[in-house]
Amino acid sequence: MGILDFLKRKPEASASVAKERLRIIVAQERSTRGAPDYLPMMRNELLEVIKKYVQVDIEAISINLEHDSGHEVLELSVALPDGKPGPAA
Amino acid sequence: MTAQIIVVTSGKGGVGKTTTSASLATGLAMAGKKVAVIDFDVGLRNLDLIMGCERRVVYDFVNVVHGEATLKQALIKDKRHDNLFVLAASQTRDKDALTQEGVEKVLDGLSEDGFDYVVCDSPAGIEKGAHLAMYFADQAVVVVNPEVSSVRDSDRILGLLASKTRRAERGDGAITQHLLLTRYNPTRVAAQEMLSVKDVEEILGISVIGVIPESENVLAASNAGVPVILDDNSIAGQAYGDTVARILGEERPLRFTEVTKKGFFQRVFGS
Repeated sequence: MGILDFLKRKPEASASVAKERLRIIVAQERSTRGAPDYLPMMRNELLEVIKKYVQVDIEAISINLEHDSGHEVLELSVALPDGKPGPAA
Repeated sequence: MTAQIIVVTSGKGGVGKTTTSASLATGLAMAGKKVAVIDFDVGLRNLDLIMGCERRVVYDFVNVVHGEATLKQALIKDKRHDNLFVLAASQTRDKDALTQEGVEKVLDGLSEDGFDYVVCDSPAGIEKGAHLAMYFADQAVVVVNPEVSSVRDSDRILGLLASKTRRAERGDGAITQHLLLTRYNPTRVAAQEMLSVKDVEEILGISVIGVIPESENVLAASNAGVPVILDDNSIAGQAYGDTVARILGEERPLRFTEVTKKGFFQRVFGS
């Protein structure tokens, strides 16, 4: 690296990248905390089923387990992509 | 009277659990409390080295649990403080040598002997040793570094503390959770290369009980077998002193979390 590059180099704001990544993963892990072990597997199988009809990414599916006055609610949400839905190629 | 049981835990290894346990126990003893500090890392004993009593270990925690020694025989009196005792981990036994009943018996014995505080130095991970170290705790100090894997692991530990402890199981009121940020480098935080105190607090949703700055003195202290809190000249030692005071209920502002411009003499001669 030349001396000019060194002088021009700006500090990367890697801390904000770390914070954002942590915010997402911590929220996801908290939402499934205490959840049954089969949840990740179920998520993958659901993804396979959904993929037959719409092209979605694993990140588009979120599963939340909520405890609501004595009973548990499993909430599944799928963010559908823009554009017309159709069977995946 | 029963002893207050404080677990020092983290999930991730190498973040400063043993350094923290040693300084916390020493600080509490300096405040006049009768303190025992226990190494739960069976097979990988290290607290004795950090406390500087490695050559005086005769009996260990596992010996007491198995009835091969009495608590009195196994407790090593600190050479600097008469009211501070170390219970070493076994170096030869395997992890299964500890049982929940055995640990409970030892903790009850310490309460009967009039101890005010028992500091439990947890092994890394979330397996049996870590579980046993936290199970009976009244308070927890979760040691975290401003780094992604450590922060994620500590969130996992905070979840376990809220559900897998005796207090949680019995519904005795939640265990008091303290977050201790260690190896903090204000210069790198200012350069946005490191998560800030505020970032970590926001992600984990819990405020810190202390921030220990990264300091060369921590290694020097472990080299010498003297808990860093005894090094009054080091900022890490002073920050541990503040942390202990806060655990005892005193209010103290955070120090050493901002970049300070060093004067010429400080730069030349060090601080």
